[in-house]
Amino acid sequence: MSALIIIFATMALALWLGLQARRGRDMNLEQWTVGGRGFGTLFVFLLMAGEIYTTFTFLGASGFSYGQGAPAFYILCYGSLAYIISYWLLPPVWRYAKAQRLFSQPDFFARKYDSPALGILVALVGIIALIPYLVLQLKGLGIIVSTASYGAIGSSTAIWIGAAVVTIYVMVSGVHGSAWTAVVKDALIVLVVVFLGIYLPLHYYGGLGAMFEAIDAAKPGFLALPAKGQSISWFDSTVLLTALGFFCWPHSFASAYTARDERIFRRNAIILPLYQLILLFVFFVGFAAILKVPGLAGPAIDLSLLRLSTATFPAGVVGIIGAAGVLTAMVPGSMILITAATLLANNIYRAFHKTAEEGHVSRLARLLVPVVALVAVYFTLEGGETIVALLLMGYSFVTQFFPALVCSLMARNPATREGAFAGILAGAATVAAISLTHTTLGTLFPSLPQAVRDLNVGIVALGVNIVVLAAVSAVTQPARQAPRTISPSR
Amino acid sequence: MGPVKWLALLPFIGMLGGVFFVNQVTPLVLGMPLLLAWILLWVLLTAAIMGVIYLADPANREGAQR
Repeated sequence: MSALIIIFATMALALWLGLQARRGRDMNLEQWTVGGRGFGTLFVFLLMAGEIYTTFTFLGASGFSYGQGAPAFYILCYGSLAYIISYWLLPPVWRYAKAQRLFSQPDFFARKYDSPALGILVALVGIIALIPYLVLQLKGLGIIVSTASYGAIGSSTAIWIGAAVVTIYVMVSGVHGSAWTAVVKDALIVLVVVFLGIYLPLHYYGGLGAMFEAIDAAKPGFLALPAKGQSISWFDSTVLLTALGFFCWPHSFASAYTARDERIFRRNAIILPLYQLILLFVFFVGFAAILKVPGLAGPAIDLSLLRLSTATFPAGVVGIIGAAGVLTAMVPGSMILITAATLLANNIYRAFHKTAEEGHVSRLARLLVPVVALVAVYFTLEGGETIVALLLMGYSFVTQFFPALVCSLMARNPATREGAFAGILAGAATVAAISLTHTTLGTLFPSLPQAVRDLNVGIVALGVNIVVLAAVSAVTQPARQAPRTISPSR
Repeated sequence: MGPVKWLALLPFIGMLGGVFFVNQVTPLVLGMPLLLAWILLWVLLTAAIMGVIYLADPANREGAQR
């Protein structure tokens, strides 16, 4: 039971930190969602790094290494490329958001394109994308609590507990709580992951090289990309899709609003690629588990890190590992919940109730938190996807914002509001159709070359999006003047 | 900021294009499969390149408006 005690103590500590962070601040919508736009380098860094160290990293990346091998390496690539893009993407976004006093991602699109309808569409697609992301955090919480209880708590009960903790936490403290808990989370996760990644290969195989040699001998080809399926073209298209989508997540986009000045983003573009090297150690853990806790398949591959931990360490150590895992789910989970609730209240409810007061919208956002959490619990209990599959589905949705976003930042926007709307709608509809029917390019067009069939379907949706955006913009362009772009204050 | 900013394209070429040439396990580099070691190298180079760009960018000079 000692493992569980440590985990619950960590949850209690996170709640306490959340309560502390709230003190002395009037929690209006601006404080609750964007921290009053007063966060410095460290907090913005940690909020953005929250994307790297989620349950996805901890359990998903190790599980993907365990179950799929080399294709997992894509996770190390896309972050680096996304940070390069952020160097040029985030400063103009931040300037515009500050000048216009924006709270959320749909605000940005609605204002830039002068189209409330576009704002509502972006909010809807954002919420749809956030649900699988939230589901994967809850799934992770469930796995951790039930494994650390050595089976005493079933995974459904564990998911309910996790969802309740995240919900209470968010309702109490908003984004200030996320930033403070992020400090604790990142310290703990770095310690735990580096320790496991070094210790496990040494302990079980005598070293890193020996471990990879043993895996290569037991499973030839596992440590390189296969010729078909998750092949090189899958790898490249997935890295590109996720790198473009990285800052299109509603919560990542909005976390840029919390910055005090724009130089923070440029500095982070140097540090964040190095920071994600921790992923390397996560891979090592997943690989170490392959020959030691064999037989996990399907969604169960996400259990590999914790199974190997319980097989290796006494309950106290498992408790610390589990506590780190709980925080990696709680911090991003709380950010996702805040974002989804803000989108619903500020961008959908308010769009139809134009006269609603800020205080009213703010209260509504807080009340919607448990509603969103319940929806996510429902899908968590229903679904049987792996953590990585859930994340890639969300990425396919949010990446649909990228073309309209980039166009809107140009000096003279080549896209019209109709073009942006139609492009995002067509792209998101393609993703939805693909996800619901489990289609791949291979099943659609079996006669195409293998390299084309292996492309990530999200890239196809992005292609549809760009074509529709260009075509509709071309048709609607001459009918009226170029869309107003309000020049950012400089 | 001039031609320095084009350095930012190198990690894209290195990671997305390099995979075609290093998609193999051996030789192990620092105990890691070649593909993983290659990606690791480019993550490090990404940070270095962004550092160079940061220093060359006049927007980051002390006292710059933005």
